[in-house]
Amino acid sequence: MAQRIDAKDLNIYYGDFLAVAGVTMSIEPRSVTALIGPSGCGKSTFLRSINRMHEVIPGARVEGTVAMDGVDLYGPDVDPVAVRRQIGMVFQRPNPFPTMSIAENVLAGVRLNNKRLPKADAEDLVEQALTAANLWKEVKDRLHRPGSGLSGGQQQRLCIARAIAVRPQVLLMDEPCSALDPISTLAIEDLISELKASYTIVIVTHNMQQAARVSDRTGFFNLEATGKPGRLIEIDDTATIFSSPHEKQTEDYISGRFG
Amino acid sequence: MFRWAATGSGVLLLLVLAAVAVFLVVKGWAAFTASDATLQTEGNLPAGVGNLAEYIGPLIFGTLVAAALALAMATPVAVGIALFVSHYAPRRIAGAVGFVIDLLAAIPSVVFGLWGAQLLAPRIAPLWQWVADVLSAIPGVTVTATATGRSMATTALVLAIMILPIITAVSREVFKQTPRLHEEAALALGATRWEVIRTAVLPFGRSGVISAAMLGLGRALGETMAVLMVLSTSTGAGISFQIFDSGVLQTIAANIAAKFPDSSGLAVNTLIATGLALFVITMAVNMVARWIVSRRHDFSGAN
Repeated sequence: MAQRIDAKDLNIYYGDFLAVAGVTMSIEPRSVTALIGPSGCGKSTFLRSINRMHEVIPGARVEGTVAMDGVDLYGPDVDPVAVRRQIGMVFQRPNPFPTMSIAENVLAGVRLNNKRLPKADAEDLVEQALTAANLWKEVKDRLHRPGSGLSGGQQQRLCIARAIAVRPQVLLMDEPCSALDPISTLAIEDLISELKASYTIVIVTHNMQQAARVSDRTGFFNLEATGKPGRLIEIDDTATIFSSPHEKQTEDYISGRFG
Repeated sequence: MFRWAATGSGVLLLLVLAAVAVFLVVKGWAAFTASDATLQTEGNLPAGVGNLAEYIGPLIFGTLVAAALALAMATPVAVGIALFVSHYAPRRIAGAVGFVIDLLAAIPSVVFGLWGAQLLAPRIAPLWQWVADVLSAIPGVTVTATATGRSMATTALVLAIMILPIITAVSREVFKQTPRLHEEAALALGATRWEVIRTAVLPFGRSGVISAAMLGLGRALGETMAVLMVLSTSTGAGISFQIFDSGVLQTIAANIAAKFPDSSGLAVNTLIATGLALFVITMAVNMVARWIVSRRHDFSGAN
């Protein structure tokens, strides 16, 4: 588990609109990479292009390559469905399936991949995934209650459990704490630090303190003006970005002078 | 002011419902209380039918068979069309298909009746004959089919086409409202388009589809003209599963429409009594539907 991601000269279009231009970036396995930048700078679009989720918007396409362990994810015979089974995703707002119980939610992805899962294996997997998501102790007595009855922070950890139950190589998180209170946010951040031992994690965040707390490397995205494409300004070790960035824009952004 | 208008409308609705119920009970009462012998002579019961229960029973049965068959045929097709329109078709084709479905809803039932009796019945008769022959090959089963095609099966098919638009339209709206969040959750787990529909769209739309089917069922239960015209009405009603044969099954609504012009006195009361039965069935169907929808409320998308 946990593989590296290399994006090279990546341009992302929505129809004729160039949303993100010329991103070249390496994401190391078993590390947390944070993507920061002002709204509309393309960091979420870039994140979604890693598991081809941006393709749900009609007209979306890319130029350049995104490779996982050297295999181009946009190769002609690569199925986006297969890509997404390798690269899991956690969204801004917690989105457990409302019609499924907590246990069914955890198993939702596994059931897509193989229908026949022996009951004992399924129970083990539910416990494993929920334990890994720091949720097992809180929900073990109500696994068959609806997932939508949990608190927001618990729901988000349930979504993380659902994502890691399929044992992905990479875990993408799109502002996973933006809808959560500070205590739930702390729980998720602790969880991210634990999960990086087994997964490659990429997290988009608006919260620079969060990026500083959880990530090993930080990439800063910016756009020149509205309507212009977003670009990766620089990516470096988190400590470097927050203490002595190379680019003036990065320094302005993290010191709060704009954005 | 608005509060009174709103409350007034609600009360008015209850009053109308109560008025209909009272009318049915009061007018039907004479038939319920009349002796079997009087019913036989004045109530215009068909030959061989001894009492009111023997009269209404087969009609209820026929009504339920017609509506259930129509629903069984229409719902899967309607859900399929609704999914195609909401999740598969390119926008332009989706609009065109939706428009055609809505047009179908605008066709009067008498036209459906003419079409069913004149065009569909003779053409579909060979198919029903074939189905009957195949089923008859099972030991101990004998299925007969009429050569005219004017059977309960044809009637149910026409009813299915008639209730298709309402089920499709309601299902389509429900499917379109599936939260993007849930569809993306399924996609991100590596779901194909069909798997997204299975894990996110259908569970979310389930109660909506049931409501849609019940709306369709309500229409199928009460439909009069099309049934009257497709089924040959001269023969009596019985309890039978020979849905491919003619003259064995009849629905309440079509029976009332067929007999009412020639009825007077107790015969009218008898027909109204059958109408009361239809009213009760429709209410029961709606209650069951509500119960089904509310049963898994915890797991609905509402909380």
